[in-house]
Amino acid sequence: MDETSKIIKTVSSVMFPFVTIYGLYVILHGHLTPGGGFQGGAIVASGCALLVVAFGSDAIAKRVKESQLSLLESIGALGFISLAFVGIATTFFYNSLAGTKFLFGKIPPYGSNPGYLSSGGLLPLMNLAVGTKVIAGLFAIVLILAIATRKKGGRSK
Amino acid sequence: MNSIITHSPALLIAIPLFAAFITPLLSRIHRRARDGFVLIVLAATELLALLLAQDIYANGIRKYVFGATLPSLTHPGTMSIPVRIIFEIDGLSIFMVLISLTIAFVAAIYSSSFFKKEDGLDRYYTLLLLVTVGMVGMELTGDLFNFFVFLEITSIASCALIAFWVDRGESLEAAFKYIVISSIGALFVLMAIGFLYGQYDALNIAALANSIQFTFIDKVALVLLLAALTMKAGIAPMHMWLPDAYGEAPPSVTIAVVAATQASLYGVLRVCFTLYGKGLRLNMAAVGWTLIGLGLLTIFIGVTMALVQRSLTRTIAFAAVGEIGYMVIGAGTALAAGAQNFATVALKGGVFHIFNDVLDIGLLFLVAGAIIYATKERDLNNLGGLAKRMKCTTVFFLIGLLAVAGMPPLNGFASKILIYESTYQLNPIISIIAILSSILLLAIFVKIFYSLFLGPELPHLRDVKEVPKGMLVAMAILATLIIIFGLFPGYVLQTIVDPAVAALSNPTSYINAILGGA
Amino acid sequence: MIYNIPYIAVILLIMVGLYAVVFKRNIIKMVMGITIIESGVNLFLVTLGYRAGGVAPIFTNLPEERQIPGQLVLPIPQALTLTSIVIGVAVLALMLALAIQIYRQYKTLDVTKIRRLKE
Repeated sequence: MDETSKIIKTVSSVMFPFVTIYGLYVILHGHLTPGGGFQGGAIVASGCALLVVAFGSDAIAKRVKESQLSLLESIGALGFISLAFVGIATTFFYNSLAGTKFLFGKIPPYGSNPGYLSSGGLLPLMNLAVGTKVIAGLFAIVLILAIATRKKGGRSK
Repeated sequence: MNSIITHSPALLIAIPLFAAFITPLLSRIHRRARDGFVLIVLAATELLALLLAQDIYANGIRKYVFGATLPSLTHPGTMSIPVRIIFEIDGLSIFMVLISLTIAFVAAIYSSSFFKKEDGLDRYYTLLLLVTVGMVGMELTGDLFNFFVFLEITSIASCALIAFWVDRGESLEAAFKYIVISSIGALFVLMAIGFLYGQYDALNIAALANSIQFTFIDKVALVLLLAALTMKAGIAPMHMWLPDAYGEAPPSVTIAVVAATQASLYGVLRVCFTLYGKGLRLNMAAVGWTLIGLGLLTIFIGVTMALVQRSLTRTIAFAAVGEIGYMVIGAGTALAAGAQNFATVALKGGVFHIFNDVLDIGLLFLVAGAIIYATKERDLNNLGGLAKRMKCTTVFFLIGLLAVAGMPPLNGFASKILIYESTYQLNPIISIIAILSSILLLAIFVKIFYSLFLGPELPHLRDVKEVPKGMLVAMAILATLIIIFGLFPGYVLQTIVDPAVAALSNPTSYINAILGGA
Repeated sequence: MIYNIPYIAVILLIMVGLYAVVFKRNIIKMVMGITIIESGVNLFLVTLGYRAGGVAPIFTNLPEERQIPGQLVLPIPQALTLTSIVIGVAVLALMLALAIQIYRQYKTLDVTKIRRLKE
């Protein structure tokens, strides 16, 4: 048969929010624990790939257009480069939020500590930008490869 | 103005990268807006590179530390090793940057009128800007792992561009060969970087150059680096991907890939002269002789295979392979000759030939593209008598062929005579093979010129027209540069090539700029 | 001797990968060979950073009695490996897309049959 069974569809739909939340946690805590932009983005993208496998590429392609993913990817890349430009008065990629009183500006104490989320300066913001780009990029790759290898012949793109 | 020059190493990378990701958003507005935007960005980057070049020729090596509190703070606090990624720009880097940006600009002008009906063009321009970023990054960086990252960016983006015409099977096969060979080469580079890092705990080229001793593992790393980088630069016997990739890609992509190949050749020069520079000339003249041998093999294979091709672009591609051999024998002679004074002349000839070759072969590829655009034919047997209809194209092809063959008033002669003079003093056989190959190239291209442009007009070509203005402007820019370089070679040598050669012959100044005279 | 086992594994992986790229005729097997070579090189980079008795280089998570930075595993090779993995993903996606297009064009995945560009 061509479609997956109801068990697979239900379990994937239930698991998808958990996988996404875990991936976003890994992205956001990249400056404290192992992780960061690419790793968390790959986790979320594998959750999306789970949906593509469970529901078939046609159903997902009806909901998500490839141009929306391309737009999201461009926004992620532009966000990363704009954040690199923020400190251009000093140098490119300068971490100008560290040590200030804005959102991520606290400097953590030296040595072993439980880890403060609001430290790190520009790094968590860059992690978010990279994470967005990686989610959009990897999801687009999986979706397009799935559409192109359908049994009924792929889209000619 | 001063702060722009201070930050210009970062801006040279950041502006095309930023533009590469705005281009898909702009193409939703209008096609022409995107074309114009790409041209403006590349022209602005080239102006910035020219300003930076003036500053470097006046003030010496410039460095830029990413993310530090000052752009020149290589040793923050009390550290004794350089930290952070450092861009270090000397005469050779800015020379290659000027080449890459000129070619990218010409490629963008050519593409804006070559592609009329294809879709996916916004991704084409993104990839073209990414190839530019990769090449410029490779040439500016002073950090070995950063070099690897930019090398991979360039190869992935240029592979995607080579496969741009996806409904031609030959393009896909060429792109697949290119990416397999590129990624294996890049993985070898990564292994060599791992070896060097494990030995010396440094990734910065200047810091490594300061502390290299020639243990066995260093020699293994040198062999891996040279094997991989010569594979990417198209030197025989690893040149197999080059005729396919050059011959089956769209012409503006081909000239971008030519510039990317020269950037890999820059990597070879940087590894041989700066990274291993302190001991290479004394310990290992064998490396120089190996390069000379490989260069002669490249010239021989390129020229003899160019005789038997039937497709126009493949012939020019094999001629390009042959030309790369000239640069390599220039560099090899400089290494093998050691401290004798014709070593500098050889290096000048080789380095100058990089620029000349890119211009000449670029012009030939653009003319071939114009012929394909106008007549939709690739086979030399089906083309003939085009001179009446396409006058400007004929003139450009004539200029290109004279330049490639090394005829006097054009730029090929200036660099080739330097190579002939210096290699003759090392060993006469080298220069004899080089001169004979030049003559053979002239014969091949004159035959092609005759059969393509002169002669009777073929019936199915009766209504070809001259190509659109954008393509003519691009070819005119290259032809003008060829003529200027040919008429004033002394001026060009003095301004652009001598600082590059001085930077290569002097690895201690490169090291002292970062390590502060220690 | 036991600390040399990862390096031997690196050499074996690279040889298996090179064998797959050179001697196999299916395009997908060549792609898999390149991925195996890349895994070997990544393993080499990570193994370079090992220091005997070290812990993971997370600065804020050190147990109280370890000194800084004497017994941390080196963090720089881990950053190099991460970059290499990302590049490997991009190359893999590109090669698979090319394989799909080649299949659509030639209806076969055999490298010897798609060799139309003769010398």
